Amino acid sequence: MTGDLDTKSALKETLPTVFGYIGIALAFGITARANGLSILEIFLMSLITYAGSAEFVIVSLVALHAGIGSIVLSVFLVNARMILMSMVVAPYLSHESMWKNIWAGTLLTDETFALSMNKLNYTGRKLNFRWLDTANLFAYLVWGFSSAIGGMLGNLISDPEKFGFSFALVAMFIGLLYLQMVSDRTIKLMVQFIVVLFVIVAMYLGMRWLPQNGLLLVVTLLGCGFGVVLKHGTK
Amino acid sequence: MALSSYVLLVILGSGLVTWLSRVIPFILLKQFKLPKIIVNFLGFVPICIMTALWMESLFIQHLGQFPSLNVPNALASIPTLISAVISKNLLIIVVVGVISLGIVNLLV
Repeated sequence: MTGDLDTKSALKETLPTVFGYIGIALAFGITARANGLSILEIFLMSLITYAGSAEFVIVSLVALHAGIGSIVLSVFLVNARMILMSMVVAPYLSHESMWKNIWAGTLLTDETFALSMNKLNYTGRKLNFRWLDTANLFAYLVWGFSSAIGGMLGNLISDPEKFGFSFALVAMFIGLLYLQMVSDRTIKLMVQFIVVLFVIVAMYLGMRWLPQNGLLLVVTLLGCGFGVVLKHGTK
Repeated sequence: MALSSYVLLVILGSGLVTWLSRVIPFILLKQFKLPKIIVNFLGFVPICIMTALWMESLFIQHLGQFPSLNVPNALASIPTLISAVISKNLLIIVVVGVISLGIVNLLV
């Protein structure tokens, strides 16, 4: 990553995400086709809903012919973390126009959020519309077209998991987590480390009681609260 | 190509709630400033979310019991983490991760 906030560096820095998206979106298209969705439905879901892991949830529920209301509620629970991520990014774009803010929010994902958090450590904690929009659009288009292509490959590949692509985005989060911890100077490394341990333990214990979809949000909120207490306690 | 009204409604409904979750904070925070305590709180969102997303792929949920370990993903995480420490380069980390899981899947 560099300190430049231009189109070229955005394209370059989004490449690892795009690589991950191709793998996961292909797997999504293949899975969705196997569950009876048409290529058009797959393409539209990726363009309109555009929600990564939640799209897998939708496909599994559509295959069961679940009610529309309950599917939408599940999607909201899975994606409620977007509210938190948008709240974190939005202040860095408040100098841009309202439309640019709405557009940047429209295409924000876990991955472009994580990238922009990392970018802040290189730019003196600054972000602009051009950089985020380029990253968002690049990721969005690749996700949409790759899922359609996955749908076309359809039944040719039965077990997309075995190629290891499903791990691309996990690897990205591992990398971004590490880079975030060593480069974010706003929170002490020791505090970050303890918060990460807290989240690991909370996820492990929580899986016993709460379905994974809601658990991620609950644990994130607990982790942030714990972090604030710790930050003030160690001052 | 088929497009059932059921699937279309699911896509539009899910799209709407997702879009609102993404956009409302941008609209509100364009006009209001967050208090310091909330800013502090949100400062922990990146590491918490990234750790939680990682753990989702490491544990396999069995409600009512403690989760079991997703062994292939856990094994693949080790070289991935090492490559992060050594390279600090996201593209290298992703490539090492995918190759690691590919190899683990061949062996296990």
